[in-house]
Amino acid sequence: MMEEDQELERKISGLKTSMAEGERKTALEMVQPAGTDRYCVKFVLHKEDHILGNSLRYMIKKNPEVEFCGYTTTHPSGNKINLRIQTRGALPAVKPFQRVLNELMNVCQHVLDKFEASIKNYKNQKASRNEPTF
Amino acid sequence: MAAAQAVEEMRSRVVLGEFGVRNVHTTDFPGNYSGYDDAWDQERFEKNFRVDVVHMDENSLEFDMVGIDAAIANAFRRILLAEVPTMAVEKVLVYNNTSIVQDEILAHRLGLIPILADPRLFEYRNQGDEEGTEIDTLQFRLQVRCTRNPHAAKDSSDPNELYMNHKVYTRHMTWIPLGNQADLFPEGTIRPVHDDILIAQLRPGQEIDLLMHCVKGIGKDHAKFSPVATASYRLLPDITLLEPVEGEAAEELSRCFSPGVIEVQEVQGKKVARVANPRLDTFSREIFRNEKLKKAVRLARVRDHYI
Repeated sequence: MMEEDQELERKISGLKTSMAEGERKTALEMVQPAGTDRYCVKFVLHKEDHILGNSLRYMIKKNPEVEFCGYTTTHPSGNKINLRIQTRGALPAVKPFQRVLNELMNVCQHVLDKFEASIKNYKNQKASRNEPTF
Repeated sequence: MAAAQAVEEMRSRVVLGEFGVRNVHTTDFPGNYSGYDDAWDQERFEKNFRVDVVHMDENSLEFDMVGIDAAIANAFRRILLAEVPTMAVEKVLVYNNTSIVQDEILAHRLGLIPILADPRLFEYRNQGDEEGTEIDTLQFRLQVRCTRNPHAAKDSSDPNELYMNHKVYTRHMTWIPLGNQADLFPEGTIRPVHDDILIAQLRPGQEIDLLMHCVKGIGKDHAKFSPVATASYRLLPDITLLEPVEGEAAEELSRCFSPGVIEVQEVQGKKVARVANPRLDTFSREIFRNEKLKKAVRLARVRDHYI
């Protein structure tokens, strides 16, 4: 468990600093509620809020192997979220979490590409109609 | 057929009823609907997703995002407001302030002035670093003294004539390059965005002399660092007429919505209402105050089309 945790933490912090702008040292903890096995896990993400919480929850729920996923903020002025994942028993709960982080990056990259193409398109259209662009 | 339509409506539309809103939450997760494959598929997402810029000028941008879910669209909106960095005045060193505006109020106002500087070219200031280096700080100087105008008419009461420099604008701020900033940024590229923001007002004998340090920050820390005045979205309205509306009722119907939404056409001598451009509607729900017409219309929003 400890090795997986550390490896996961390394991966997560690697992904995070490439995703976020500036330096935000993100800490991630994995908590196993008592009496369960590794199919039901709670992650505590520090320095995060609904931005990541809701998007991760949506993407994780899109996975048919996931039985339950939810997130809460511990306190509105606090800076961390609890994300709980429970799978049907085929995958350990960390697997959908890892997959979703990559998927979310792909989604954002795709949105960025489409957005930039659309802006360029709009500017070209305006230029071809001889309107002032900025 | 009706059941399939109802399911489709539940999946893709947020319906605005008379007394409440239905189908608000996204329900298209795997296992909820039989016969639909709702697992995440990057290819299907890329095929359905598109972005169309509707309007763009120096101060505002309006675009459509189609095929994305509320969770991610809202995440983008929140990130725009709170986590995109900008440069703003953080520290103000006051050498002389004999104006009527208190030091801290003046410093607060200066912090809110938008600065034209690309934050990607700067670093965040290290914690505990009081001085600031050329890579993370911009320096501005503001030095204004108000004097009496010796050439003013004897009995004039217009402050613009009587006093010189009595209004302190952002154009009075001068940029002091640090280190190699003078080489990196040509003259005039680092300045407040607008040069006609009124900072303070003075009278003869009063002076403001201060030095400002700008640093990079994010909106989460202080709202002055937020790059947008506001960022918002709305869902595309979807208005369907459940039964044909003709004659006088058609005119009434078109008055219940924003102008341009409902068009009344002459068909075979009768006036018939048609939904022309639902995008313009602001959903005032005036239609529900009309007893006859409220059953004829279904107000809804398209769940994955964000404007």
